[in-house]
Amino acid sequence: MIPQAFDYSAPQSLEEALGLLASGDRKILAGGMSLIPMMKLRLAAPAEVVDLGRIAGLDGITEAGGFVHIGAMATHHTVETSPAVRASCPLLAETASHIGDVQVRNMGTLGGSIAHADPAADYPAALLALEAEIRVVSAHSDRTVNAADFFLDAFTTALEPGEIVLEVRLPVEQSSEGYGYEKVAHPASGFAVVGVAVRITREHGRIIMARIGVTGMGPHAFRARAAERLLEEGAAPERAAAVVGEGEEANSDLYASADYRRHLARIHARRALAVALSRAS
Amino acid sequence: MKRKISLRINGKPYTDEVEPRLLLIHYLREVAGLTGPHIGCETSICGACTVMLQGRAVKSCTMFAVQADGREIVTIEGLAANGALDPVQQAFWNEHGLQCGFCTPGMIMATKQLLQDNPSPTDLEIRHGLEGNLCRCTGYQHIVNAVKAAAGKAGA
Repeated sequence: MIPQAFDYSAPQSLEEALGLLASGDRKILAGGMSLIPMMKLRLAAPAEVVDLGRIAGLDGITEAGGFVHIGAMATHHTVETSPAVRASCPLLAETASHIGDVQVRNMGTLGGSIAHADPAADYPAALLALEAEIRVVSAHSDRTVNAADFFLDAFTTALEPGEIVLEVRLPVEQSSEGYGYEKVAHPASGFAVVGVAVRITREHGRIIMARIGVTGMGPHAFRARAAERLLEEGAAPERAAAVVGEGEEANSDLYASADYRRHLARIHARRALAVALSRAS
Repeated sequence: MKRKISLRINGKPYTDEVEPRLLLIHYLREVAGLTGPHIGCETSICGACTVMLQGRAVKSCTMFAVQADGREIVTIEGLAANGALDPVQQAFWNEHGLQCGFCTPGMIMATKQLLQDNPSPTDLEIRHGLEGNLCRCTGYQHIVNAVKAAAGKAGA
């Protein structure tokens, strides 16, 4: 379990890092919770690793202009325990608490996880439900990508070569909103066999806004838009949950077949909706 | 190309030239000579290699030694002070929180983290807090008892 030899650089500034990433066979090291296992298995063998861990200020969490800004290098532990995230984006804090184990949460980062885009990662479900915006920069560009346009396929995102995730912006959740994240954790790895994140707003007893993000079921996380629409049109949660995953490709492996994954997505959408409804005022 | 790293382990300074691909666990065991942290699965599942990095528990098999340059590490060897066991070590001893003992260094470091974050955990919180550590003897009940005993001591 020893990775292939590589060169290592630990830039001290973002500019220096972006300059390095502009060319060559270089891979970004954030928390390393996905990259290092892949390098040990030699599924990844970059010529050079660029460690972002020495750059100050990439892990800050601030709230401004109705958004919570989370630096890409914030660890899952930081996201889980940050008072600002817990108060303003509790769905994300709750989702972070489901990732791996405490040692993994101490090292793994928000930016690293989403850039890696494991189909069974927890964050994408919440980022979709929260309609997050992801700021990505390179040596000569600075753009914002909606979460719905970011996760393209298994381990594939909208990131272009040379780009890194700089921060994730999340609209501050209204205190009247309800939220929930329900997950089937793989018993060995803790990854989401299926995970469903839900956010809803109710007015006069009626759901007026519903957002549902599903991870684990298919090659990439997706919004269950048909179910969202049904809820906003007044359908019962059970009826809306029953269409989650319709028309979406589902993964199949030794642990869970495609049909079973789709079934789990519906069951857990129903459960997450029940939790969200109980929390919505 | 080798790189020079300087770090503190259990309060003592270390400076070495290492290959970037050297994992922290291999550095600790083979270069620094600290064989307390164990290599179990080497896939970041089992937690036997758990050490404290800047005061937080991490799996040293899933980190390069170069990432620890300039940082502070505590291994199981760093817990006992002046020949007296740390309260968590003592609780594992008293409650016999081990069978073969292979997972114990990691269990104790993870327990340090757990009690630091939550000084009086419930049984469920203990099991959740130690989910990153596997005991292949399946001796979890006594481990949970040991954590409870340690929490009682820390609170007293």
